[in-house]
Amino acid sequence: MSVDLATVRRIAHLARIRVSDEEAPFLQNEINSILDFVEELNAVDVEGVEPMTSVQPMAMKKRVDMVTDGNIVEKILANAPAREDGFFVVPKVIE
Amino acid sequence: MSDLTRLTLAEARNGLASKKFSAVELNQAFVAAVARAKSLNAYIVETPDKALEQARASDERIAKGEARPLEGIPLGIKDLYATEGVQTTAASHILEGFVPRYESTVSANLWRDGATMLGKLNLDEFAMGSSNETSFFGPVISPWRRKNSDAKIVPGGSSGGSAAAVAARLCLGATATDTGGSIRQPAAFTGTVGIKPTYGRCSRWGIVAFASSLDQAGPIAQNVRDAAILLRSMAGHDPKDTTSVDAPVPDYEKAVGASVKGKVIGIPKEYRLDGMSAEIAALWDRGVEWLRAAGAEIREISLPHTRHALPAYYIVAPAEASSNLARYDGVRYGLRKTGKDIVDLYELTRAAGFGKEVRRRIMIGTYVLSAGYYDAYYLRAQKIRTLIKRDFDLAYQTGVDAILTPATPSPAFALGEKGAADPVEMYLNDVFTVTVNMAGLPGLVVPAGLSSDGLPLGLQLIGRPFDEETLFALGEAIEEAAPKIALPEPWWA
Repeated sequence: MSVDLATVRRIAHLARIRVSDEEAPFLQNEINSILDFVEELNAVDVEGVEPMTSVQPMAMKKRVDMVTDGNIVEKILANAPAREDGFFVVPKVIE
Repeated sequence: MSDLTRLTLAEARNGLASKKFSAVELNQAFVAAVARAKSLNAYIVETPDKALEQARASDERIAKGEARPLEGIPLGIKDLYATEGVQTTAASHILEGFVPRYESTVSANLWRDGATMLGKLNLDEFAMGSSNETSFFGPVISPWRRKNSDAKIVPGGSSGGSAAAVAARLCLGATATDTGGSIRQPAAFTGTVGIKPTYGRCSRWGIVAFASSLDQAGPIAQNVRDAAILLRSMAGHDPKDTTSVDAPVPDYEKAVGASVKGKVIGIPKEYRLDGMSAEIAALWDRGVEWLRAAGAEIREISLPHTRHALPAYYIVAPAEASSNLARYDGVRYGLRKTGKDIVDLYELTRAAGFGKEVRRRIMIGTYVLSAGYYDAYYLRAQKIRTLIKRDFDLAYQTGVDAILTPATPSPAFALGEKGAADPVEMYLNDVFTVTVNMAGLPGLVVPAGLSSDGLPLGLQLIGRPFDEETLFALGEAIEEAAPKIALPEPWWA
């Protein structure tokens, strides 16, 4: 399988990474090179094989559903590039 | 006083205990060595004041007879571990200036046991790379050089700063992480020892995530004993990581020097790749002979799905990375590029903040997870992962205790020598190490000799789940038998 330029642009948008017109053909080549590399996996017989979902065979640990943390607004906002009145600031999202 | 940076971790620990020198003296020696070694670019941030403050506290404890297992031992921390109050970047522009308000569990365990911090070690951006050339803060230069050459050599990656710092005696040990070989390949390239423990042995909490089902923390150190000492402190159950395993941590140092007589060592025939260099094949053969001479039983085994591990890895790892790295959005921390709306802000921030290799992997991961491709790529790769793990399970069921393989297909290379035209060329570095992550197993790399051009070569031991002790015992047997590799003399200082 290989990707065309339109697909590169679609993936870039899904990944929320701006790709310039100059950069797109290089990315296309690199992505196709990697897709070529993984192509051989299509020949592996995986009939009836369960996908790995847990690296170690263990039951998912569950914690009690209760609040264990909080009142740390200052810590959470400490690294924010833009903040106001205890909130993160982003460009206007709705009109 | 003799040069304290020439000690091993165990020697320094014993010297502190017998009061031959103080923790402050020991840390001062390393602080000075770090300051002289800027040309290697191993550290992104140096924290000499913190190290000396911790060392003073250590001297007080030693005086009171209250020394802890790593009291006063100066370490370097890979800049993928969040350190409270100290910049943590994952070697990415997108996190430049990020100062965590919390401490990773593994580094907290080291401070709990008395270690001191010299600084944050350079790495490939978000741990994506095999040469430490993708760091936003510039490449790490290996302290090693080829015979009769001053060409700059890579230390391997992604834990290149960790490996270079240990090999150049810029710390007594370093934390590292391994997703596809990022502890073991740089250890092999620098003549140091690195262990990727079993998945779940160390907590991943507070370590910047790359591919969560493959990432594991582990140490890089000068020798097997030092690595065993460090792993004991790093490992352990953590309620904050649901994949960390609630099992007691053995005293790994006790395994160092244990007899390996009667241990069954598997030699997987699929690792003898077409075109394997004669030098690597000969090194592997010597490793077999050393273990046989130490009393181990050698047995040829088959791991038939080996060749699919690397391609499957390049689906699973980018897929998980694309999801993990979605959090870098220019809103909560790190870099922000202003845009006309929120989507514009995301796209501009991520284009400016991520380097080339990281962008490429996020794109691949996004593609293989996107509608219509998920089953063909990601689901298939996870099924192949089951087959890879089954290969190992079957080998262990027949009584194999550990598996011996080469660590890397070649010695270290020069800066800019690999991967410029085709990213896959760089990926092939991990061909012997990546299977271990795919199966969640422990893997130890020990130095075993020098290449014809004078660079270190390593051997890898792969163990049963949670049987790191056997790896330490076998690793020490190889260390004993192999020619001693003297660390390079400081041409950089």
